[in-house]
Amino acid sequence: MSALSLSGITKSFGDNAILKGVSLEIEPGEFIALVGPSGCGKSTLLRILAGLDHADSGEIVIGGREMSGMAAADRNIAMVFQSYALYPHLTAGQNIAVPLAMRRLSRGQRLPFVGSFMPGQRSIRKTIQRDVAEMARSLKIDHLLDRKPGQMSGGQRQRVALARAMVRQPSVFLMDEPLSNLDANLRVHARGEIVDLHRRAGVPTVYVTHDQAEALSMADRVAVMIGGNLLQLATPQVIYDDPAHVDVARFVGQPRINLVPALAEGGRVAFGGIRMALSDDREAGTDVTIGIRPEFVRLSDNSNDALAAHVERIEFLGSEVIVYCKLDAIGETMIAKLTPAEAAGVSVGKPVALTLSPDKAMVFAADGRRLAATPVAADSIKERAHG
Amino acid sequence: MASIAFDTVSPKRLADVHARNEARTAWLLASPAIVLMIVFILLPVIAVIGLGFTNFELGIDKFRFVGLDNYSHLFTDRTFRKSLWNTTVYTAIVAPVSIVLGLGVALLIESETTAKSFFRTAYFLPVASLIVAMATVWQYLFHPTIGPINALLATVGIPGPNWLGSAGTVLYSLSIIGVWQSVGFNMVLFLAGLTAIPRELYAAAEVDGARSAIDRFRLVTWPMLAPTTLFVTTISIINAVKVFETVQTLTEGGPNRASEVLLFTIYHEGFVYLHVGYASAMTVVFLVILMVLTFLQYNVLDKRVHYS
Repeated sequence: MSALSLSGITKSFGDNAILKGVSLEIEPGEFIALVGPSGCGKSTLLRILAGLDHADSGEIVIGGREMSGMAAADRNIAMVFQSYALYPHLTAGQNIAVPLAMRRLSRGQRLPFVGSFMPGQRSIRKTIQRDVAEMARSLKIDHLLDRKPGQMSGGQRQRVALARAMVRQPSVFLMDEPLSNLDANLRVHARGEIVDLHRRAGVPTVYVTHDQAEALSMADRVAVMIGGNLLQLATPQVIYDDPAHVDVARFVGQPRINLVPALAEGGRVAFGGIRMALSDDREAGTDVTIGIRPEFVRLSDNSNDALAAHVERIEFLGSEVIVYCKLDAIGETMIAKLTPAEAAGVSVGKPVALTLSPDKAMVFAADGRRLAATPVAADSIKERAHG
Repeated sequence: MASIAFDTVSPKRLADVHARNEARTAWLLASPAIVLMIVFILLPVIAVIGLGFTNFELGIDKFRFVGLDNYSHLFTDRTFRKSLWNTTVYTAIVAPVSIVLGLGVALLIESETTAKSFFRTAYFLPVASLIVAMATVWQYLFHPTIGPINALLATVGIPGPNWLGSAGTVLYSLSIIGVWQSVGFNMVLFLAGLTAIPRELYAAAEVDGARSAIDRFRLVTWPMLAPTTLFVTTISIINAVKVFETVQTLTEGGPNRASEVLLFTIYHEGFVYLHVGYASAMTVVFLVILMVLTFLQYNVLDKRVHYS
């Protein structure tokens, strides 16, 4: 049984359809990254999951229980917000204690002054204190417990927010861009920590981010959402190497994938040394897009079969060099990711010859779907053309 | 020549000259405000304090320094003590009631979706209206025989009181008008405070298990509104202590001094009996009360309501 399942979730605000039927299954203990450009509906989906918003249609099942119409407080989910949403008037320790106090103490016991005379209140408070202290120790924030959020750094606040979410074993853990307010160094460090915490706690996690590198590096599986649709849900490797849609290919990978227009004729596509046979012959005579990742574009000395281009811009990144070239024939930009050694002697404005690895190319239909295609030897194309 | 002249000036001195110029410009820019403050705020206050030590009366040329005579007289003056007590009662009713109602109305309007601006405007009307003009309306409403309030009470068999005419009820009747007048103002301030609360805090409270609106109010709204509440409390108390128009237009302190309030007494001493020296001493007491209240609020509470 899956830990969490969404099926056919739709949501519109007025005429604006935000979610167009999203379905998703999460296995127990899994870490899912929900990634997409801003405005793709990923945050709305997370709020619906949390019970903060309600879907127009569709079904949410968490741990075997149907959740539609159930309030956020009754869903036993925990959430980390982008702004951390810590209560500014409470100390870190009090912040972490809130979800426990809300669940373990009755309303009477939570009253100021009066509550302290209610029977059983003291012993429950004591266990809450113990759980908070234990949580703080495991996140190494025990020295911060008496500080208010205003007296803490961004990284410390983020840890307190994590502690508040994790302190009661939730059935699902939701995170809404929890690292986007941290500086770049801290962000990379915090990535590792969150993955580590997830591994220890084993709670299924949905992690929303717009940063594809974060999604690829942290998640067991990545769900790519674009324009209110879930385009692909797969492991990071499959998402990168084998995108199901041109938008997924374009969104994932830095620098972005090279996409060039081509024409499919007689079940074949050819472009700059790439020759592909489409398994589906019906795509004959139609416009397609060929995609190839920058690391599979190489400079070549021999101009046979190579694409003539001029260097537009060079980005030196230390271990690699990104070279932006303008193709002489069609005017499109082709990005090549090279080692510094390969890029030696390349300068802006210089003509270069580019070769593409034929077995790494992908073909997408005009509507963005991935088309199954296999590379074929150059000769067979010629034969076919003559025959 | 220029380069030689430059060589003789050390960089240290250049920096000094620059700092002096900057300071001079700063004083120049601030001077209009400083002059206006001295002329219109500080000098009048000093004049009032000074006059409080004299027996100055308007129209009489000679006056002399009487020391603390005015102040010692104040403590035995039954009218002054009565008006001090009445002002305290009035403030003790109007300030808390208008704060609680203002907050309640603001919370209701905040959760309203369709007619938000209508309710906001409606509740703000008493603030924008002229209280002297509205006092006639209240006089009619409170009228013992033709007033609609007593007519309404009569239909359920309750004999209505002589609202503004009897010593037992006049202060409470004035308090009702005072509340009516200031709820809208407090509401607008609370509305501003409510919109400044981050929505994510409410979402966090819901996820954390704050099931009911009361839980969320106690966990998020009330603590986050604390700076606003402090400000509203200060303003409400000052406004209540300053009550004057309704007393002057509706009761003139009566009947039998039952609605004699501080500002009304000062006005009578200074402008009717022309005892300017004595009225000044009263004004000083009035100012001291307001300053002590404000000082207490900001020094005792301010540290507890600002969190960052």
